[in-house]
Amino acid sequence: MVKQSTFRHLFQAAWFALTNGYGKGFATGKIYQGPTKVLCVPGLNCYSCPGALGSCPIGSLQAVLDSSKFTFSCYVLGMLMIFGSFFGRVVCGWLCPFGFVQDLVYKIPVFKKIKNLPGHRKLKLLPYFILLIFVVLLPSLVVDVMGTGSPWFCEYICPSGTLLAGIPLVIMNGSLRMAAGLRFLWKVSVLVLLLVLAIKIYRPFCKYLCPLGAIYGCFNGVGFYRFKVDEGKCIKCKACQRVCGMDIKVWKNPNSAECIRCGACKDVCPTHAISSTLEQLRRKDERKKL
Amino acid sequence: MSGTKKNFASFAILIIGIALVVAGIVRTEHETVLTKAVNICLECIGIG
Repeated sequence: MVKQSTFRHLFQAAWFALTNGYGKGFATGKIYQGPTKVLCVPGLNCYSCPGALGSCPIGSLQAVLDSSKFTFSCYVLGMLMIFGSFFGRVVCGWLCPFGFVQDLVYKIPVFKKIKNLPGHRKLKLLPYFILLIFVVLLPSLVVDVMGTGSPWFCEYICPSGTLLAGIPLVIMNGSLRMAAGLRFLWKVSVLVLLLVLAIKIYRPFCKYLCPLGAIYGCFNGVGFYRFKVDEGKCIKCKACQRVCGMDIKVWKNPNSAECIRCGACKDVCPTHAISSTLEQLRRKDERKKL
Repeated sequence: MSGTKKNFASFAILIIGIALVVAGIVRTEHETVLTKAVNICLECIGIG
């Protein structure tokens, strides 16, 4: 039987291939321009990735907020609520391409692994700050004479955009290569720093920077997909917390906003006390049949 | 919050989400998203 973590990585790869399936884009250094791009994909997947068939929700949110026509985005917020109501941060663990990249990089057996950066308790609030400042306020408020702003998060932080769009396009497109300057260098530096950190710490971008994770985290406790700890079965051995890359006290708070739903805690629990809503429904059905 | 109340909350979020998407389409926000997405976003890749 395939291990749960292997199954998750295969799923992440398949989802990436499905949502970035415009092969011609990778061959020509151009991007897909079809109608499916009106829809957002759930994860942080740059719409300028040559293969992207959908839009990045954080990029789209900024695109609407920094345009002169709108001050609020019902459309993107609505999509985020739809994804959030079903999945919460399942998106981070299973559907985000940059999360997948970090998962793979963490497997490189080079440095001694550590759980968190020093100051973790304060640093884990950073994604909310980035969401408020770089995704909402700066694009909305810092505008030119035409009333148009810039996508600040994409411009200065997003490593997913650099990896999936910036680097492939600059390699394949001569005119873009000529135009790449200091800002591109800055973005590549941010990406390299995060990837090096990701060898030592599990998913540093998701833990300390990602505004999309901050949004989906709000739905972890109230979405359809939740975790539950059976108090009668839990022996409080803390095996779930030890195996958790995000360092969550699953036995205490199974629906923490930081949980990316990788499912490692469920696998390691010696008494099978942790279950998801899907498993609870399946068990209910089995009991009914009996 | 009990499981039933949480399921009700999930359902309410879903309905509000769908309503917001519809409102966004009426406001033509989707056109802004599409226009941005079908052109190479120079800022996103660190150029421009």
